[in-house]
Amino acid sequence: MCRIGAIKSKEFFHPSAALHLMLPQQEGHDNSGFAMVMQDLAGVFSKHKDKPLLSLACTQKGAKLVEDYMEANDFRQLAEWIPRGVKNTKLDIKAMPYYIFRNYDYPEYCRNATEEAKGELLVDTRLALRELLEKQDQGYVYSFWPDVLTLKEIGDPWDIATYFKLWDNDGDLMAKNVVVQCRQNTNYDIVRYAAHPFFLQGYTLCANGENTFYTKNKEYQKSLHRGYIGFESDSQNFLYTLHYVLQELKWPIKYYKHVITPLPFNEITLRPDSAELRAIRQSLGSLEINGPNTVIAMLPNGNIMTCCDSKKLRPVVVGGDDTMVAIASEVCGLNAILPHRNQELDVYPNEREVVIINQALEVERWKQ
Amino acid sequence: METVKTQDVTVNDLPWNIEYKPERCTMCGSCVAACTFQAIAPAVERRSVTVSTGHRPEPSQKHSAVLIIKQKDSIEQACTGCGMCEKICPNQAIKPVRNTDSRFNLLARKGGSPIKRGGRTSLNSGRTLDNIIVGRISQMTDPALDSERHTFDILAPFGRVLMPHELPLSAVNGTLNLTAKLPPVNWIYPVIFSDMSIGALSTRAWEAIALATAYLNEKHNMPVRMSSGEGGMPVKLLESEQLKYMILQIASGHFGWNRIVKSIPKMKVDPAGVLIKIGQGAKPGDGGLLPAAKVADHVQAIRGVPKADLMSPPNHQGLYSIEESVQKMFLSMNAAFKFRVPVAIKCAASSTSVSVYNNLLRDPYKICGGFFLDGIQGGTGAANEISLDHTGHPVVSKTRECYLSAVKQGRQGQIPLWAGGGIGLTGNAAADAFKVICLGANGVFLGKILIQLLGCVGNEHGRCNACNTGKCPAGICTQDPRLVERLDIDRGAQNIVEYMLALDSELRKLMAPIGNSSLPVGRSDALVTTDQAIAEKLAIQYVC
Repeated sequence: MCRIGAIKSKEFFHPSAALHLMLPQQEGHDNSGFAMVMQDLAGVFSKHKDKPLLSLACTQKGAKLVEDYMEANDFRQLAEWIPRGVKNTKLDIKAMPYYIFRNYDYPEYCRNATEEAKGELLVDTRLALRELLEKQDQGYVYSFWPDVLTLKEIGDPWDIATYFKLWDNDGDLMAKNVVVQCRQNTNYDIVRYAAHPFFLQGYTLCANGENTFYTKNKEYQKSLHRGYIGFESDSQNFLYTLHYVLQELKWPIKYYKHVITPLPFNEITLRPDSAELRAIRQSLGSLEINGPNTVIAMLPNGNIMTCCDSKKLRPVVVGGDDTMVAIASEVCGLNAILPHRNQELDVYPNEREVVIINQALEVERWKQ
Repeated sequence: METVKTQDVTVNDLPWNIEYKPERCTMCGSCVAACTFQAIAPAVERRSVTVSTGHRPEPSQKHSAVLIIKQKDSIEQACTGCGMCEKICPNQAIKPVRNTDSRFNLLARKGGSPIKRGGRTSLNSGRTLDNIIVGRISQMTDPALDSERHTFDILAPFGRVLMPHELPLSAVNGTLNLTAKLPPVNWIYPVIFSDMSIGALSTRAWEAIALATAYLNEKHNMPVRMSSGEGGMPVKLLESEQLKYMILQIASGHFGWNRIVKSIPKMKVDPAGVLIKIGQGAKPGDGGLLPAAKVADHVQAIRGVPKADLMSPPNHQGLYSIEESVQKMFLSMNAAFKFRVPVAIKCAASSTSVSVYNNLLRDPYKICGGFFLDGIQGGTGAANEISLDHTGHPVVSKTRECYLSAVKQGRQGQIPLWAGGGIGLTGNAAADAFKVICLGANGVFLGKILIQLLGCVGNEHGRCNACNTGKCPAGICTQDPRLVERLDIDRGAQNIVEYMLALDSELRKLMAPIGNSSLPVGRSDALVTTDQAIAEKLAIQYVC
């Protein structure tokens, strides 16, 4: 089973906070990996927050393939962070030869393009790089988006952190938002792309659970957007639906919950907005999820959201103080990084609830 | 020795023989009265017995004439195996026994006419669905639900569903509002009582099914819908509140529509839908057939016809293409109810079903509200046996193909798929329905099993299936008032209601272990099969 978490802070914090959030929950997961997406960065990338940042794990040949592609497509390199791993054979990590985090400037022809057009270009570029690396089995590209960094690896989270020197706060790597998870997908083959959180065009998502409508969701999503690919994990369905509802349909966020866990028909009938909810349920029936789940998502504007399946078969808790709010599968994670918060204010969302932490660290919650 | 007349028909040429025990028979005559086919009759037989009762052999011959019940050696009056004689006999003195040496098929085309009968195909009784198992059981990571405790949403759409981006929604202050009318969609129970007309069925049988439908809706909150069948329905029902439970069928004969159209201004509620019947699985490419024997006074009144063989044409006259069908039929049916009532189409499953479905999916008017696929194992009230046994197409793979074709285009769910024709053939309709739904159907329709619940004894092994004769021994497929009396409407309706309540529980029993609280439409990953060919064809997991 997964354990998932997220931290949102008014001040930049170091990723070790994310590790401290997750490690107390290790009895619930299996310590088989570590993955996080950081957003709103400080440190190495602070000067280029508006420029896309590529997160990559690859071989030497893979690095060359990427460099050639980016050059051929007029992306100009700006800043770079290439962690030098701690070479210690006792560390439980299946490390790739290279981890590259690199800022690029947009190609000249699109510098004045709309944000939307730039977003499309970044998705296309990431997909092209993924295909390039995948074909020759030379690496993995996790995200390519301004102010977003993704780190994923297989192994023990503690050792992975040691390898990347994530325990040492040297100020290079800081962020205000982090979504984190400490498990590789151990259900099937160990595939790096199967590790949460997943990222697409500014949307980050991880999920704890099992989506029993995976096949239904996948069969529908495949034809909805070119970026809905992979499907190495059933949790990717949640991300793609989030992206579809918010980015493609441009619907308000409250309808995400209505799509993934629609109200039963007899409850819809009693609602004043029954016509709309019925229309949504029938047209997006293939995107309904089933099975036990908790979702944590980070939106392009930095808001962090959580909600559960319609029967609340998986746990989640939200808590914090004036400067930091965190979400975790288990309260022990919150206790580790926010021991002095007022626990009475902790929120345990119910099966019909959506909780959002906004930019002002206000916790918004509503029932579907 | 007199030459044996080898062309003479004897009872051993017939498909069923009467096993008669004269020593148990009291000659009460009940069996003869009960036999609607007049296959048996009282007769006198000569007995000759040699007896010797003294101490020494003193044989003497005793001749007597005894009364017996005798089977007729007539093709026209052949026993159908319905077993009414056995049912009524107080002494278990008589019953039909299947005759494996029957020469019926060779003799029954006497006079040059094809064999006609009702029921289902007898040759194509293979059961793909029985080779499929619900094999994806929730264990550990994904807990199974509790079929008794959890709530389940067991509903299916009837109506045209738009793609998400086609919905006329606009966001104002974070709330979506519909800005235009949507095509009508009714969410109904995923099991529809299929179209059997008044005419094919007796008024009592039809009424029993209608009664069960209303009872399930009003007492058990199960929104089951019933299709009228071609031939209209009583004006009283057309003008009642209960019309909302009915799907009006229009087929190529347009029987009954005069009354329906005239009733429209007086209707209190809209019907649940309109079903345009293009073809049916039991006799694809052949029109409906109501033999004159069944065209009783009330049938003449409802349909507005004289007493004669009523043959619906094999196609809708004037419709020459799918496009035309869409424009004429769908538009006029939609317009008749001012676009408030969904209109669906029923076709016999065929090698061409996918292309028909694709055309409907791509129709720019977006007004086809359902695609009903009827497979070869569907039943009928009357058909040429050659059509029943030798034409048609299994529904399972065709439903799957239609679904996957829609998936390929990202259009699954837009035109709901309803599968029928053999659903519940073994009596287990819930399992059949569940599996077909996992393969992509939104719901199923049942016909034959309903009349079996009313008391029909017909089966796929040549028992009875005399629905075409007007002599239905169960009072179901006949208009003979004396036979119709045999059917107890209330008990019949109760059987259907109780079956449906059980079916509902059984559906939950299948949804719960795969962890689904709403219908698993297209969840093919929930199914496995031990048959490699089925696995390959349906794209489900092969297991052994």
